[in-house]
Amino acid sequence: MEGLRAGRALQPALHLPFLPRHFYRAVSSNEHRLNFWKSKELCLSYVQDALLQKQWKRAAEFLTSYIEALEKDFSTVFMGPSEMIWRIGTEILCSHSRSNVREFNTFMEQMKTLGIKRYLKVCLEHAFHLLCNGLIDEAYQNLSLAESWRFGEQTLLQDKEMKLIQAYRGLLDYYSWSHQKNILLEYGKDGLEDLSVEQEMHACFRKAAGNLKEIIKIPGVWDLFVKAYVDLLEFYGDHQEAREVLTDYAYNSKFPANPNAHVYFYQFLKRHGAPKKSLISALKILHDIVPSHELMIDFNTMLQKSKKRKRRRLGLEVIFAVLDYSGWKENVKAWSCLARQVKQIVISEKHLDWIQQQWNSRKDWWPAFHFSRYLAKRNWQEDKSLSHEKALVAGILLGKDCKYFKYVSHQGCKARVKRFRTLKKFVNKHSPAYLRMSGP
Amino acid sequence: KMHNTLNSVFQSWPVYEEVYNKMVELAAFLDLPRFPDITNNCFLHPNVLCMKYLMEANLPDELHNWTCRVVKKTSVGEVDFLTLMPGNKSTRKVKYDVLAAAVIVVVLKLLFLLDDHYEWLLSDFSAERNKNNKEGEGGPYFEFKKWYEVIKCTLDVEQKKLDEEKAKFLWRCEKPLFYSIKKKSKLLRRRQMVENLQNQFGKLSGSVRPDERPNPSSFQLSWSEENTDGSCFHGHSLKGILQERRGLFAAINPDYWLCTVKLCNEKLCHRLAHYRGVDFPQSYHFVLRLFSFLLRIQPSSIHEEVCVIEHKLFNKKLYRKPKYKTRLRK
Repeated sequence: MEGLRAGRALQPALHLPFLPRHFYRAVSSNEHRLNFWKSKELCLSYVQDALLQKQWKRAAEFLTSYIEALEKDFSTVFMGPSEMIWRIGTEILCSHSRSNVREFNTFMEQMKTLGIKRYLKVCLEHAFHLLCNGLIDEAYQNLSLAESWRFGEQTLLQDKEMKLIQAYRGLLDYYSWSHQKNILLEYGKDGLEDLSVEQEMHACFRKAAGNLKEIIKIPGVWDLFVKAYVDLLEFYGDHQEAREVLTDYAYNSKFPANPNAHVYFYQFLKRHGAPKKSLISALKILHDIVPSHELMIDFNTMLQKSKKRKRRRLGLEVIFAVLDYSGWKENVKAWSCLARQVKQIVISEKHLDWIQQQWNSRKDWWPAFHFSRYLAKRNWQEDKSLSHEKALVAGILLGKDCKYFKYVSHQGCKARVKRFRTLKKFVNKHSPAYLRMSGP
Repeated sequence: KMHNTLNSVFQSWPVYEEVYNKMVELAAFLDLPRFPDITNNCFLHPNVLCMKYLMEANLPDELHNWTCRVVKKTSVGEVDFLTLMPGNKSTRKVKYDVLAAAVIVVVLKLLFLLDDHYEWLLSDFSAERNKNNKEGEGGPYFEFKKWYEVIKCTLDVEQKKLDEEKAKFLWRCEKPLFYSIKKKSKLLRRRQMVENLQNQFGKLSGSVRPDERPNPSSFQLSWSEENTDGSCFHGHSLKGILQERRGLFAAINPDYWLCTVKLCNEKLCHRLAHYRGVDFPQSYHFVLRLFSFLLRIQPSSIHEEVCVIEHKLFNKKLYRKPKYKTRLRK
C-alpha cells in the first residue's frame, strides 16, 4: 500500500502503459520462509510419495526425520503428527522386508502411550496384526489387557472400540472352546474322558457367549461372531435362541442388508429339518438380493422337484437369472439344471410360455453372450459335457439352425459320441416348439 | 533463568538477506572500522568471482573478458565501492557473490539477448558452423542449446537432491529446552520415545551412509575438460556470436531489453526491483535459476542486482532523454 501511495508521488512525467501493475507494489518476503512445521510438511509429502511407490526404505528414511515432529506435538488434532506416524509406521513395518514381529510389538507399545484418545484403537489393530501373523496367544493377552483398561471418561467415549475388543476376545474364546471340543470328541472316540478339559471347555463357552451376544445386538455386519455364537448355542441345545438370533440378524431392518445372514439362516433351517416352505422363503430373499449366488443351484433343484406349478416356474426364473452372470458361463452344473428343466417342459409341451417369457428379455444378448461360434469351438475343445448341455438349450431356444447347435452336434456326431446323436434327434424332433416360441 | 524449551533458537531457515542485514547492523553497532581494501587480486573482487562462477556454470572462459568490461564500465570494481565501511549508511552495501552472478547474467543478455528466440537462432548458427568445421582450431563454437541441455539435466538432479536434503533436515538441538519444570518430565519422555522411534526406523532406512566429510571445495558443480562426452564448455569459443568491427570484437546481437525501466524506492518497497518468473523469458528465468541454485538464494535477489547493474550500464541512455523505448540499440 505504501508503495502505491509513494508511486503516485514519484511518478515520471511519462507513464509507460506496458509495465505490469505489480511492478509498483512491494512483494511480501514471507513466501519462502521455511519454518519447522512447513519443513515437516515437506518431509511428510516425501514419505507419502515413497509409500505410494512402495519404496519402503526411502519411506523409512524420511519418516525418521518426520518423527521429530512428535517433540512439538501435544495437540489432539485429528490427523496430527502422532496419528500420521502411527499409521505410516505400521504400514512400513508391515511391508518392509527386514522388519519382524518383535519390532512391530515395540512400535505398537510406544504408539499406545502416544495418544490416550486412540488407545483402544491401537490395541485393536495391534491384536489384528498379531492374529494375522498367527500369534493367537499374544493377541489374546493384548485383548484381555485392553479390556481391563480404565481411564475416566475416555472409557465411555471409546465404548465402541471396547465392545469390539470384547467381541474379538469372545471370538478367541470360542476358538479355544472349539479346539477343546474337538479334543473331547477324539477322546470320546477312544472311549476316554477328561474332566479338566471339559470344565475348561464350559468356562470358555461362558466367556465367549456373553461377549458375542453383546456385539450382535448392535446393528452391523458380524458374520464371524454370529456363526460362532450360533455354533455354541447349537452345541448346548439352545436351538430356540439360535433361531431367534439368526432371524434377527437376517430380517431386522436396522441391520445392513447382508446376503450371508440369509445363507446362515438357510443352513440352520436345513440342519434342523425345517419344512420346504421355510427353506424356499429363505432362499427366495437370497435370490432377490444376489441372483448369482451359488446356493441358487440348490434352490433350482429344490424348486424343480416341487409339485406346485408356481415353484417350478420360479425355478426356471432362478436358473435363467444365474446364467446371466459371466461367473456361471462355463459351469456345467448350472447348464445341466437349465437343460433338464427346458427339456422337461418341451417334452410335456406344457408351459412353453414360461420359457418364452424368460427368453424374451434375453434373446437380444444371450446368443452373443453364450452361443457364439467361437464359444462353440472353445466349449467343444475344453469341456464336452458343457457343450452338450449348452447345445441342448441353444437348440431349443434358437432352433436347430443356430451356430452353436450346428457346430457342436456336427462335431459330436463326427466323433461318434452317442449322446450327441441323441441330442440331435431330440432337437430335431422338438423344433416345432422353437418355432412356436419364436413366433410373432 | 531460562529453562530449556524445544522451540529452538532458529524458528525457520534463515533467509540470506536477513542474515546479511543483521551482519551490516552488527558491524555498525560494534563500530568497526573500514574493512581491508578489496583490490583486483582479492577473491571477493567481481573479476575473480566471475571467473569462479563462470567455471562453475560451465560457461566458456572467453566470457571473462566481457564480464571484466562490464565491471569496468559500471565501476563496480572500484576499491571504494567494494570495501565495506560499517556505519556509512549512504553507500549501498555490496553482496559480492550476487554482484558477480548478476554481471554474468548481464553479459549473457548482451551476447545472447535471452528473449526465448534469438539465443536459439544463434545456437543453430553455431551448430551449423561446428558441423561443417569439425577439426577447426580454437575449439568448437559455443552452442547455447547444448549448454542448456547439459546444465538443465545437472541442475534438475542437483536441485532434487538439495530438496530432499532440506526435507530430511533435523531441527533438534542436543539438549531439549523447556520453559517450565512441570512439562520437563513429559518432554523428556517424549524425547526418549522420539529417539527410540528414530533408531527403529533409521535401521530400516537401508544402508547406513558413512559420515560424509564436507567437501573442502566450495564448488558445487565441477566440469572437467577431460570428459570426452563434450559436456564441458570451458574451452569453447565465442566466435560464432561475435563479429569483428574496427579491430574489436562486438556481439552480433544488436538489441537489449531492460529488466525494469525504473528502479523502485528501496525505503518503501524494501527492494529495488521485484521478480515474477512468468513475466520474463524462460531463458532468463533458467539462468536466474541456475545462479539461484549455486548461491542458495532466491532468484529475485539476483534479478534485483541485475536491474541495478543494467541501470548503471545504460545510465546515460536512460536518464538523458524523457522519451525512451524499452528495447535499446547499443
